[in-house]
Amino acid sequence: MGALTSAYATWWWVSVDCRNRVGTGTHEQGGVLTDPEPILQAAQRLGAQRAEAFIVQSEETPVRFEANRLKEINARQTSGVALRVIVNGRIGFASSTKPGDVSELVEAALETAPFGPEAHLDFPRDGPAADVDVYDPDVEVLPVDEMIEVGQSLIDAVRAVEPELLCDAYVRRGDSTVTIANTNGGMFTYRGTGYSAWLNGTLIRGTDMLFVGDGDASCRAQLDLKAVEASVVSQLENSRRTTEARTAELPVVFTPLGIASALIGPLTIAFSGRMVHQGQSPLVGCLGKAMYDARLSLWDDATLPYRPGSRPFDDEGVGSRRNPLIEKGIVRSFLYDLQTAGLAKAESTGSAERSMAAQPSISTTSLVIDEGEMSFKEMVGRVKEGLVVEELMGAGQGNVMGGDFSGNVLLGYKIEGGEITGRVKDTMVAGNVHEALKRLVAIGSESRWVGGSVRTPPLFFESLTVSAK
Amino acid sequence: MVGDTADRSEIEAAIRGQRADYVEVRLDETATNRIVYRGRELEEIGRTRSFGGNVRALLRGGWGFVSFNEPSELRKRVEEAVEAAGHVGKETSQFAEVAPVGDTVPLELKNDPRTVPLAVKKKMLDRYNETILSVDGVTSTNITYSDAHKRVLFASSEGSYIEQERIDVVSRLSATARKNGDMQQASMSLGALNDFSYVETLGETARHLGERAVELLAAPYVEAGTYPVVLDPILAGVFCHEAFGHLSESDFVYENERMKEIMVLGRQFGQPHLNIVDGAAVPGLRGSFRYDDEGVPAQKTDLIRDGILVGRLHSRETAGKMGERVTGNARALDYRFPPIVRMTNTYIERGEMSFNDLIADIDEGVYARNWFGGTTSMEMFTFSAGEAYMIRNGKVAELLRPVKLTGNLFTTLMNIDALGNDMDFNQGGGCGKAGQMPLPVSNGSPHIRIRDVVVGER
Repeated sequence: MGALTSAYATWWWVSVDCRNRVGTGTHEQGGVLTDPEPILQAAQRLGAQRAEAFIVQSEETPVRFEANRLKEINARQTSGVALRVIVNGRIGFASSTKPGDVSELVEAALETAPFGPEAHLDFPRDGPAADVDVYDPDVEVLPVDEMIEVGQSLIDAVRAVEPELLCDAYVRRGDSTVTIANTNGGMFTYRGTGYSAWLNGTLIRGTDMLFVGDGDASCRAQLDLKAVEASVVSQLENSRRTTEARTAELPVVFTPLGIASALIGPLTIAFSGRMVHQGQSPLVGCLGKAMYDARLSLWDDATLPYRPGSRPFDDEGVGSRRNPLIEKGIVRSFLYDLQTAGLAKAESTGSAERSMAAQPSISTTSLVIDEGEMSFKEMVGRVKEGLVVEELMGAGQGNVMGGDFSGNVLLGYKIEGGEITGRVKDTMVAGNVHEALKRLVAIGSESRWVGGSVRTPPLFFESLTVSAK
Repeated sequence: MVGDTADRSEIEAAIRGQRADYVEVRLDETATNRIVYRGRELEEIGRTRSFGGNVRALLRGGWGFVSFNEPSELRKRVEEAVEAAGHVGKETSQFAEVAPVGDTVPLELKNDPRTVPLAVKKKMLDRYNETILSVDGVTSTNITYSDAHKRVLFASSEGSYIEQERIDVVSRLSATARKNGDMQQASMSLGALNDFSYVETLGETARHLGERAVELLAAPYVEAGTYPVVLDPILAGVFCHEAFGHLSESDFVYENERMKEIMVLGRQFGQPHLNIVDGAAVPGLRGSFRYDDEGVPAQKTDLIRDGILVGRLHSRETAGKMGERVTGNARALDYRFPPIVRMTNTYIERGEMSFNDLIADIDEGVYARNWFGGTTSMEMFTFSAGEAYMIRNGKVAELLRPVKLTGNLFTTLMNIDALGNDMDFNQGGGCGKAGQMPLPVSNGSPHIRIRDVVVGER
């Protein structure tokens, strides 16, 4: 999330779970794989006691700029169905994106069921869904030329400040329809739109490379492009000079981009009901306990209007809600899907998310950290020697389950005598998110959305481990 | 035949006679079996099938790309892509020439996972899960196994028509130990092309992982700072991939004048003992294939020879624009994506030193093995070790908690001061770039020693 550079490449172990859910569905395919009824009927006829079909149809149009100019126009149409069956108390699973594949899909699901996990869930019946706005008809009719104009104007605006900046940009619009139907009579469907723009800039001087970038995303055909411009321009200005950090325990201010890049992953994984149930979360046994700074509150909220993470119900048909994770420093709840809730004797929090590749898993939707009192300017003003972090590279690779984060400061600045004095490089920042959030100096007073799914103010940490050459 | 609905004459008719400089069609069909455990519970077992296709068109230097799950009306999709390309293109297409190829590449199977019944696979994984859980102090596990059989059909307006198949067998085992709110994890990722065999012999690995997770609870953090570091072949492979491999991908260079100055052929990047190679033509590894996703035959490309930059990886477009030879490195994750420049099997060639000699002169250093992950921004990179030990007075000493290492392209490669006389390939995990992840690649190396690496404590 929030990568500042398109030149960003990773080595990681994610095996097959390629989520592909942005985008829409107006292509009818003769109802072959997009109508749940025949699939559910076939499943029951062939031996499933219960069954559930999850269908996504989407259309997405990204336009891509490379080296300051338009490079490619794409159109992506996707459709697919995932089928869960319960046979003799065990769950079988199969999915397909191949049209006309109903009988093979059903057979594959039934074939896996005898080896599958015991079912600890029942599929939801029809019920009232939360009233959540995620569809804007204006997105569908956004002309490609207007998207091209948006990308080009973003590039032109930041290059007016730094003519040598080489920019890549993406502008995407998408439209998707999600349908969940089950043999308990549950039938849930909604249509959502998405619109986003992202700009990455690279500035190379000698062998020094600077990466800047920001973007905005919404379900509406409206983006705050001025804010994106302003953010990138401020990154450029804070990086005019390069300075050196030293190895020490130092105060560190994380900007919202920095928080999204390094802290959100290791923090939120601890709130997964699955991790808690399996004893893999450091928050096991901490429900109701004060684990963090008493000023800290964190919500997972799928009901916010027009946020890309919002939806009326989750990917199992459970109604969306606003889940408090941390309230004034106290651990308030963990997140559950149906199966995990059944195992843990809890209730689904509407947190199931899925792709075609796998069964539902627990995920956050839109995360919101409540605002505090101190302005970013005041935070910087209070630091004699310390850092501002805009992005840590590689922060999600380590003992994330335990809450550790550690990364190279891809974009960050040194604070000396209460002022930002330049960019730091070849510097690492490390800590444990659960420990660090106990020792906050302050929570920022200015919030913003990052990447469409995290809203946070800056966070001012008392001390983190900084290592440098 | 990929996708029973696709017919050769229909495909060829759809791409012929378009007002474009180049048109290609790719269809792929993948059948995947997947088994996941978390702790004592089997989390899921499932079969997924994906089928889809795309059309890519080039006109006056602009690209149009259309992807779909619904293959009917191919000609309409082609027209859509050509129109999009026309909307973009305002220059002249520069696309390196290659001879058209007609070929059908059969599966080169060793031990076919498709012939192993699901019940047998599950029994095997049950046993590994039990082995990890039986280690005193282990509180949980995570095991993921998948085998994916993929068939790809490629056809171009220049007359290429290629069918290829592969089976990727991928697994990851992980043990978690927990004590007084402290949690530690040990994991291992493995993979193979067209071969199930390694999955049959993971018992020892499973037990070691369980034991190490427990040992880590008592292990100290490294004191953050700068150390001489010795990397095992698996982590050195990831290092080679992150620290240098990505920078050799020409799409980071071809439109960037400053980057061209940095990556000028003939520039010294390492000591004269350093040699780095990439190539899908190296057989039997996860990055191996016969033709890339533009129909270019696989090759083997020297990237660094005697410490000097001598080559880079190309697609037809980057080769055309830079006036260099194609290398067969245009790859797409699946039908949803256009091919971009990617690595295949990337490795540092072996040197001459024994492991004992590599560590003999180190008074205080870090021996890092295996990986949690790695990331690069080109100039700076990080990679994290799955397992790390202090080196003291020329000997491997105490176990450390996982460490993260960071480096800078322009100093770290130059600081590789010794190469081991062994060699191994990392075939687990996958590579991510431009949203296309995980692409099967491998990377390899002997043990290597690097001076002055910044080591972070977590």
